[in-house]
Amino acid sequence: MKTLTPRLRSLSSKQSLLQHHVQQLPIGATAALSSHITTTATTTSGTTRPFSVLNRPPPNYPGHVPLTGLERAALAVGSGVVSFFDPYRHDMIAALGEATASPYFIERLRRAMLSSRTGRRILRDRPRITSASLDLPRLRALPANTVGGTYVAWLDREGVSPDTRDGVRYIDDAECAYVMQRYRESHDFYHALTGLPVVREGEVALKAFEFANTLLPMTGLSLLAIATMKPAERGRFWSIYGPWAVRNGLRSDEVINVYWEEEMETDVDALRARLGIETPPDLRDIRKRERAEKKRLKEAAAAQAVAS
Amino acid sequence: MAARIPVTSAGVRVSTRCPSFPFVSSSSRHLRPFSTTLRNRQPELTSTSTTSSTTPISNNGASSKSSSSNDSSRTGTTHFGFQDGLSESEKTERVAGVFHSVAESYDRMNDLMSFGWHRISRDHFVSSLNPGLSSSHPPRPQRILDVAGGTGDIAFRMLHHAHILNNNPSVHVTISDINPSMLAVGKQRSLSLPASQQASLSFLEADATAPVPAIPAGSLDLYTVAFGIRNFSNVPAALSEAYRLLKPGGVFACLEFSKVANPAFDAVYKRWSFSAIPLIGQLVAGDRDSYQYLVESIERFPSQQQFRGLIEDAGFVVGGDGFENLTGGVAAIHKGMKPL
Repeated sequence: MKTLTPRLRSLSSKQSLLQHHVQQLPIGATAALSSHITTTATTTSGTTRPFSVLNRPPPNYPGHVPLTGLERAALAVGSGVVSFFDPYRHDMIAALGEATASPYFIERLRRAMLSSRTGRRILRDRPRITSASLDLPRLRALPANTVGGTYVAWLDREGVSPDTRDGVRYIDDAECAYVMQRYRESHDFYHALTGLPVVREGEVALKAFEFANTLLPMTGLSLLAIATMKPAERGRFWSIYGPWAVRNGLRSDEVINVYWEEEMETDVDALRARLGIETPPDLRDIRKRERAEKKRLKEAAAAQAVAS
Repeated sequence: MAARIPVTSAGVRVSTRCPSFPFVSSSSRHLRPFSTTLRNRQPELTSTSTTSSTTPISNNGASSKSSSSNDSSRTGTTHFGFQDGLSESEKTERVAGVFHSVAESYDRMNDLMSFGWHRISRDHFVSSLNPGLSSSHPPRPQRILDVAGGTGDIAFRMLHHAHILNNNPSVHVTISDINPSMLAVGKQRSLSLPASQQASLSFLEADATAPVPAIPAGSLDLYTVAFGIRNFSNVPAALSEAYRLLKPGGVFACLEFSKVANPAFDAVYKRWSFSAIPLIGQLVAGDRDSYQYLVESIERFPSQQQFRGLIEDAGFVVGGDGFENLTGGVAAIHKGMKPL
């Protein structure tokens, strides 16, 4: 089941508490500017300090943009609306994920990683999944039943590349930002692991699985896209893929803790068995059969119309 | 859920504009050097733009602005938003990147950021210049150069004012811009003008801070630049070049963002600029960094008095205050005349 571990007072947070008290001393003209409309920002590893948009704290990692609470709320609402109406805006979906993950959910995911030996190794090594870091030709040479073989076959079949992922910018803690980045880059592996295609229906099903497994709010909010699916797709979601996603997401291990770079040569079924994930019905097959059936019915109706 | 579109083998994403909805999709983001969505190809751009955004705005910035523009002529370094120490060619390149990226959504973003008010400012700017006014019959020809006016906002208004309101068809407007993407947008938009106005319009790709060979010295009646001069890598050089191209009695006119006089309004305006503008840029155009640069460049631009001083230094004669504040100082119109 989900590890909802309590937040532990670590040594680092004690140190940053001390820093927080020291830094409350006034620091000249800029303090006057940042008086009224202020909110909090992380300093090094945890505690926050009020800041104004005119005086943002230095970034904690390259690309970091510290946001005030109001800005984060506005980004969450705005990116939610835009990504609902235009799901091709990946940057908006990414921004929605980052804006809604703080403060609790991304911390919970990080604690889940810290609770596992492999998770801790991933956090220490901080591997990145890009077309540069993965050796795609080597993966193509692997057998089709391995994780690497399935992944690259899926990449080729769907026509996507491992590079189409934005960098995390709006999560203040650098390690939590890495956790979010890792989740984002592993998303393609979740596709390969579950076999769900990149069509809207497959993405929604995968998001339901991710929500049950990672508890990130964006994955849950993405399920609002069920409203944009066709009736047949919606029916399949409620009867097949939704229950599959919830059942498997909850009972399986945390997929964030899979060290994908080391699992390239593992047999996919063995990995699924190890994680506790059952393969869902092949969605592409179902859709193909449904399209063929519709076509057959249309042709029959046309023939009938001609005959009568 | 990202219902993702396939990527071609070259790694360039195919454009998918959602036609029924006004938000620009991320079609050209891979081509933008500024965007973090690019796989960290130029990480220094993202890191430096955010370090720049965290520099506190203090009154020290104001006094350094005039010295920074003087510095650029001596040491050759200039600033890009809040980042200092760039060479002029670097700034030119970075600004090019910004405007390549904003060209498509330029008009829509202007409307969103200013709630449509930029149209009023531009209308007032052109009306106050009254291009095409001539007391002689037949009316005297006038040659106008609109610099950094790629998308044509000012030029089209001037053509309308001269040809229609002042009934002077012998006014010729040249639109000059350093950025071909912005010029392309302008050319596209000019196709919907009446034929006589299109015939009086020409486009020129040129750097305003360097001598422009296509325009003879002392040939212009009017030199305008609207919301462009703060992006120039060398403002005094551009002013000198304007002075050279104008004929004696010719007018230099500049519409630019400036300092707000009222402190309470200024506090609101600055907070809107630094938090809402980049957010709108991110939501609508998918490009936070370009709009962060834009608001930083507004902050770094000299005040009304300082810019008036620069215009006088270039040799222009400036009357009265030398500037007219619009919207309480959010924008200001500066004018100068080349002495006879």
